[in-house]
This record gives sequence, structure tokens and C-alpha cells, in this order.
Amino acid sequence: MPEQRSFRVFRGDAGGGQMKEYTVETGPGMVVLDAVHQIQATQAPDLAVRWNCKAAKCGSCSAEVNGKPKLMCKTRLDDLPADRPVEVRPMRTFPLIKDLVTDVSWNYEVNKKIPPFTPKPNGEWRWMQEDVDRVQEFRKCIECFLCQNVCHVLREHQKQPEFFGPRFFVRLAALEMHPMDAADRLDLTHRQSGVGYCNITKCCTEVCPEDIHITDNAIIPLKERVVDRFYDPVRRLLRKLFRR
Amino acid sequence: MSDPSGAQARNPLYRAGFAVTERRDLWWMEPLLTVLGLGVGFGYLTWAAFLGNPEHGHYGPYLSPVYSPPVYEWFPSIMTYLPAFVSPALLILWAPGGFRATCYYYRKAYYRSFFLNPASCAVGKPWEKYCGETEFPLVVQNIHRYFMYLAVVILAFLWYDALKAFTRDGPKDYVAGAGSVVLLLNAVFLSLYTLGCHSLRHLIGGYLDCFSTCPTSKLRHTAWGGVTCLNERHMLWAWVSLGWVGFTDLYIRLVSSGRLADPVLF
Repeated sequence: MPEQRSFRVFRGDAGGGQMKEYTVETGPGMVVLDAVHQIQATQAPDLAVRWNCKAAKCGSCSAEVNGKPKLMCKTRLDDLPADRPVEVRPMRTFPLIKDLVTDVSWNYEVNKKIPPFTPKPNGEWRWMQEDVDRVQEFRKCIECFLCQNVCHVLREHQKQPEFFGPRFFVRLAALEMHPMDAADRLDLTHRQSGVGYCNITKCCTEVCPEDIHITDNAIIPLKERVVDRFYDPVRRLLRKLFRR
Repeated sequence: MSDPSGAQARNPLYRAGFAVTERRDLWWMEPLLTVLGLGVGFGYLTWAAFLGNPEHGHYGPYLSPVYSPPVYEWFPSIMTYLPAFVSPALLILWAPGGFRATCYYYRKAYYRSFFLNPASCAVGKPWEKYCGETEFPLVVQNIHRYFMYLAVVILAFLWYDALKAFTRDGPKDYVAGAGSVVLLLNAVFLSLYTLGCHSLRHLIGGYLDCFSTCPTSKLRHTAWGGVTCLNERHMLWAWVSLGWVGFTDLYIRLVSSGRLADPVLF
């Protein structure tokens, strides 16, 4: 049955803005992005929203729905309380361009700081499934940057100049654990990426729409590798003795 | 566009301050329950540790985990060199206490609930300054693996105590009291927690980039898979084992003081 639901959507730009109310006729199975599209089509043609696939694969429609970082295309209306308006705001960590669109280009600048995949010289290009499994999880990342948005180190403390953020710890982990990669990024991880700022409160994992276990499988293993190299005297000694 | 230096222009939506959020759910419930749970669990164990009379932790073959291994029995003279407030339990509990204090799960729990850093996701914090685990004292969290080594050694003693709890007048006289089962479950739960440790997961195989290069690395992959399996429920076992250690100690105290009878099961 079609049902009228209220929405409060942020309208504005870097200079300021406000929440504006809209009423939308909703149907079964609708997601927040459907409602935003309907507002755009019928009531506010100038409403700015970034989207592409509507299938939780492009990572474009990241926003904050009722205060929680989410993909609008993956947030069903019937999962949200019907007794109050649905509030949609842009991601708070990134500079606002207009309405629901933010400037996430800082992330691409961070990405450039990470040395890309560097194949082992004369390596045999055969690897076993058990080697693939671990890094394959990280390939699920759709770069929606919800993890970056929710991370309190970036969101509250604005440590962008010295902290890469969870998305790029996932990338660092994917490269560091890659069985065919020869580059060493541990020094970068320790001294430049700011992995020590992460206090593993797992908000990045909670908001990841691809269910990547960012903290357990990427950040903590990176922290442990950093401990191996920089903090653990016994491992240091063993490395020297056995030249590993 | 973003400043290439990485400095971000503040979003006009930004509002700072403790508990500032647009969330409407009960985000404060989890930190509140964590404070209560950790307060009760660690509060009881601290009380038990400072009581100082190991006799209350003994009953027949039962030995409370708070007093195991009985270092004070092996080296009785050690107590004479220590201040009066140091109970025999404190000689042992610093190691599992340190293991839990530096554990990645507990770090999440107390950073969120006690330090409000942050209390919950997308919720404002009361602190402006932040250095994470980059500076003293929190950089010391990196010592976690050393506490893990000690916790594994203590776990071996707890298994010995659990098996000994099934005997009465000698190693061949098997009797299972309810306390034997309590001690056995204590060792099981602590094993499930300790062997799911993130540091152990790294040291046992996680540090390798390639699991298929040699026979030992395949063995390590199997071990890593086992630890990973436990690690996925690390939070669950952290809570269950903490609660059960407290319950085990309380049970033995009640039985040794005569307030509770220990039923023989078989």
C-alpha cells in the first residue's frame, strides 16, 4: 500500500544551509535513494545528490540517514522508524559542495601516497587459494568512504594531514599481505599513515556496507606488523639471527 | 576542492561537543552496559584479589583461578618482602589483568565506555586533544603479545587445576563435584578467549604473506585458521570468560566457607 512519509533533507552549501521537509509517497521495498530521487523529480529539481548504480556497488550515494553513515541505496525505508521524518544529511567529515554532495577528493590524494603493487622479480605467477582468500576480502571495498566519514580521528579531530583513515589501512593491508608483492610499506604505515592514532573502536567496521572486517582483518594485523618491526625487541633479535 | 595539504574546510553541519549527534537510536546503551559489566566483573575480581587470604580460594582439590598458579606457596618467603597490601592473588593477577587491559577487544570496550573516545559511532566527544596510541602511556598497548605469552602459561596451570579438581585422594580416585565442572568450564572459556587473541593470530601465521610456500607455512595456515575462527567471537569469549572466572572464585569461596554444599555429580 502506498504510504505518505516525511523526509527532512539538508539543503545548502559550504556557506550554510538548513533541513527542509518533503512528503513522499512510498511503496514496498523502497530505499532512501528512491525517495530522494522522487523529491528531486517532483519537488526539488535542484537537489544535488551523487549516485550511480543503485545497487551498493559504486559507493557514490554515501550520506547520513537519521544520523548514521549509510549508503542511501542500501537503506530500506521499512527499516527506519515510521513515526518520525527520515533525516538525510551529507557526510560530515568531508567539505560540503551542495546539498547531499561532498568533496571526497582528499581520499584520492591519500591514495597517491601509497606505493602501488610491486611484483616480485622473477616471481612465479601461481598462487594458492589460501593465499588469495585473505586479500580478496579487501577487494570488496567500493570506496564509499563511509569508514573515513565515521572515523573519529578524521571526523572529530581533523587529523587528515597525518592520518590515512580506515579505507587506506585496508589498501595498505591488501598490498602488505599480497603474496606477489615485493614492496615494503611498513615504514610508511608506522611513520606516515598514522596507524597509531587508531584506537580500534571499530566504527569503520560497523558502517562498512560490504561487511569488510576492517579493524580485525586490516588495521589490527597492520598494527601487529608495526609492533614486529618497531616495538618488539625479541622479534627484532630473531629477525637479525635468522635474517627474516 | 580539498586543500592538498590535507586540511579540510569544516562542513557547516559540524557541531562539536560531548554527545552531539543526529542519531536517534539508543547509542548510549552499549557503553552504559559495558561500564556496568566491566565494573561488576573487574570490581569483583579486584575485591577478591585484595582480600588476601588464599585459604578462601582453596577447597579440597579446588583452587580458585585468582590464586593459580600458587606462586606464594612455591616461594613463601616472597610475601615477607612485599608490602602488607599485596595479597598472594596480586602476584598472579597482574599477568591476566595486563592481558585483558591490553586486549584489542577490551581496548575498544573501555575506550568507548570509560574514556568516551568516542562513546559511540558518529557521536561527539568531550575531548579536543587526541593522540591515540602514538604516545605514552597508550603506546604501551603494543606490549600485548608479551602478556599473551604469560596468559598462555597461566592457562596451562588452570588446565592442570581443572583436571586435578576431578580427583580426591590421589590421581586415580576420580570424583566429579559441581566445582570440578565449574573449574573445567573456567579452563575451557579462558582457552577460547586466550587462543582467539589478535596477537596470537598474527604470531601464529598472520605475519606471513604467503601460506603455500612450504610445509610449515601450510601448517601455520591451519593454525591461523583455527585462531581466526575463535577470534571472530573474541568479544563473546572475553565476556563469558571474565564472568566465569568471577563465578568460579565465588563458588569456591562459598564452598570453602561452608555456605554452599558442593554436590557430587558422579
